[in-house]
Amino acid sequence: MHTEKQIERSAIRKHLHDGMSIMFGGFLGSGSPKGIIQEILDAGIKDLTIIGNDTAMPDTGIGVLVSAKRVKKVITSHIGTNAETGRQMIAGEIEVELVPQGTLAERIRCGGSGLGGVLTPTGVGTLVEEGKTKLSFDGVDYLVERALRADLAILKAHIADEKGNLVYRRAARNFNPLMALAADFVAVEADSIVAPGEIDPDLVMTPGILVDALILSGEC
Amino acid sequence: MDAKKLIASRVAQELKDGDVVNLGIGLPTLIPDYLPTDVHITLQSENGFLGMGPLEGEPLPDLVNAGGKACGMVPGTAFFDSAMSFAIIRGGHVDATVLGGLQVDQEGNLANWMVPGKMIPGMGGAMDLVTGAKQVIVAMEHATKDGGAKILKRCELPLTAAGKVTAIATELAFFRFIDGQLVLTETAPGVSLDEIRAKTAADYVVSPDCHAMKLS
Repeated sequence: MHTEKQIERSAIRKHLHDGMSIMFGGFLGSGSPKGIIQEILDAGIKDLTIIGNDTAMPDTGIGVLVSAKRVKKVITSHIGTNAETGRQMIAGEIEVELVPQGTLAERIRCGGSGLGGVLTPTGVGTLVEEGKTKLSFDGVDYLVERALRADLAILKAHIADEKGNLVYRRAARNFNPLMALAADFVAVEADSIVAPGEIDPDLVMTPGILVDALILSGEC
Repeated sequence: MDAKKLIASRVAQELKDGDVVNLGIGLPTLIPDYLPTDVHITLQSENGFLGMGPLEGEPLPDLVNAGGKACGMVPGTAFFDSAMSFAIIRGGHVDATVLGGLQVDQEGNLANWMVPGKMIPGMGGAMDLVTGAKQVIVAMEHATKDGGAKILKRCELPLTAAGKVTAIATELAFFRFIDGQLVLTETAPGVSLDEIRAKTAADYVVSPDCHAMKLS
């Protein structure tokens, strides 16, 4: 049985390549894995498709990859706090797919749950419905929103055990547990990594089988 | 009273004891300051918790509001992931959402997430909130900075959601959608019906009970 999930931060590099898709946990940087993002930046990979709630600020969270022009496409709910994303979008340097936040969460949940998509009333009667199938049940219109997956998910947890079981802290949970299901390789940066059994099983928020690699953040 | 405080004060009167409320960034965050002492609401923050409170003392790690700013939490707070957060929002478990608007129209349509060619921040959680909350209260200044109407016959900007607005609070007036019709129910202190008419492009009716706002 393979139990050694903890790796050095630099060992993430063999899972990185140009043109890959990356889901990143976090909400305006809170709950984003800073160390892994720095490693991706240092690795120099480009033409990335990034998927996450927002592009944070130009010098915060995932925003640093946008600022360094490593991103080809972003699928997100909000870019308003990162003027660089907006500038690159208007200049035609980056493609931005804006998705309502709740729809983004469900598309990712579906991608990791064996579901092809979800029906949501959000976006009906707006630009969001363009090009999408609309279905009506009991007099309510719904959009068909398709599942999302990625090559890699990069997540932030507060505590991990060596099996990969995760506990998040406060508002840093956000998209992290959903993305843990929805990528081919899941790398987690944790504030601390403890022995199996040290996390109360009732308090595990993401089961360890979903996690491929653990990196100690050194933060607390 | 300045415009923002007046609007916040009036919207506070719409909230009932026990309500679960999501407040947008900016003006709506002033609303809790104006709640009567016997009205206790639970604030939902779409980044993943119920029980948001004002920041008291030093910020705690990983405790931020949906604007990314450090905030507080009340005893009994619950944190959850974004799917749960939006299940709560879309599923009708939020009693009221209060958010700003660029334009609102007489059909209850709201536009507040982009200005084509100028400002495209994205919708964030606004489309889900406006779609799913039981009450959608738009809290905004009555006119644009150059005096243009924001309450229109038909929104010109891309919509956030269609036909979901339940009330509009401005520094001049309070409107409610009643049976699908936009109704002026209150005027701000010292504001005439003529002034409101002049600054509103939408068709609306004046309630027979229309009266001056009672502000604390």
